[in-house]
Amino acid sequence: MTVEYWRWKEYNWHDENIDPKAGSVLSAGCDVGSVSSQAVVMVDGGLYAYSNMRTGSDSPHSALDAMNWALEGTGLKIEDLHYVVGTGYGRVNVPFAHRAITEIACHARGANFMYGPSVRTILDMGGQDCKAIRCDHRGKVTNFLMNDKCAAGTGRGMEVFADLLSVSIEDVGDLSFDVEEEPEPVSSTCVVFAKSEAAGLLRQGWPKNLVLAAYCNAMAHRVVTLLERLGVEKEFAITGGIAKNIGVVRRLEKELGLTGLKSDYDTQIAGALGAALFAGALYEKQQAKK
Amino acid sequence: MIANYGYMDGSGEYYITIDTGKCTECGHHNCVEACPKGMFAIETDDYDDEVAVIREEFRKQIKYMCAECKPVSDRPPLPCVEACTSGAVTHSW
Repeated sequence: MTVEYWRWKEYNWHDENIDPKAGSVLSAGCDVGSVSSQAVVMVDGGLYAYSNMRTGSDSPHSALDAMNWALEGTGLKIEDLHYVVGTGYGRVNVPFAHRAITEIACHARGANFMYGPSVRTILDMGGQDCKAIRCDHRGKVTNFLMNDKCAAGTGRGMEVFADLLSVSIEDVGDLSFDVEEEPEPVSSTCVVFAKSEAAGLLRQGWPKNLVLAAYCNAMAHRVVTLLERLGVEKEFAITGGIAKNIGVVRRLEKELGLTGLKSDYDTQIAGALGAALFAGALYEKQQAKK
Repeated sequence: MIANYGYMDGSGEYYITIDTGKCTECGHHNCVEACPKGMFAIETDDYDDEVAVIREEFRKQIKYMCAECKPVSDRPPLPCVEACTSGAVTHSW
């Protein structure tokens, strides 16, 4: 049997202490990304339930699966939700969404909720792209920059490396620090070039952890370049799946000379959370017009 | 938000930039009428505000569409920039 080292853990969660039927506004967000999909359900502006799973080949189906999984065990159905906002690459393919909003706006709003109003610069490290976002105290985007269409410096690039080195994606960060000296970064222009370079290093006898450190360094350097082009204003926070990889996070914090804000919320749900916050506000606006 | 519409090619960078923060304060949207090529349109953004945008079909032709308003010498003020009372519209070239 082939071991899929890149496969990260999918999960769902809901707050047992909240009775969603007692709430007056049930808003939800569904972030259909290129690699993962998340659904978030909020009750009266508080986080109630979420799910995080792999995006399949069919975006509408992935959106439905993610939302149904978030609602599993809650007694709610999709029809019970008052307003749903779709976001991410597949935002126009969320069949039950009332509106689609860009993931840039949603990540900024989600980060504002997760890290508080002091956050001004957000680095969203997603599956297939990376965005540096500047926002105001309300989480409204003031400026942003996106990487080129290349998997280097993104979650998918890290998955490719996990597979190449036969290291579980969740162990990459810790293992990359098991080195005596920080190696030079591998190519950060393209994940295919980086993979070829890493294969060459392995043939030269480099241990896996050293190659991982070189790739984490490359990734960190690439996103720092993006952030510096935009200009980093304190406070700074990271969202997306790579925020869970300490190998990249600590290296980029060191290169930036800044420590990112920490949150108890799952960084991977920031986009869907922002979408759910937009949904709540749009529902209230809609009701006020009636 | 700083919204850039346009592209970069071997000859330079061709972007029309609209500061949506300033644009929402305006409310007149004179730029739509001012552009002789009809490149501007008003759309509702992610925050439910009405903002000016460059219409999709013109975004890859900006250098050529704007040429009429940009003679090589004696360049008059650009109609879209002049019409924008809030100073939200700028050109990169």
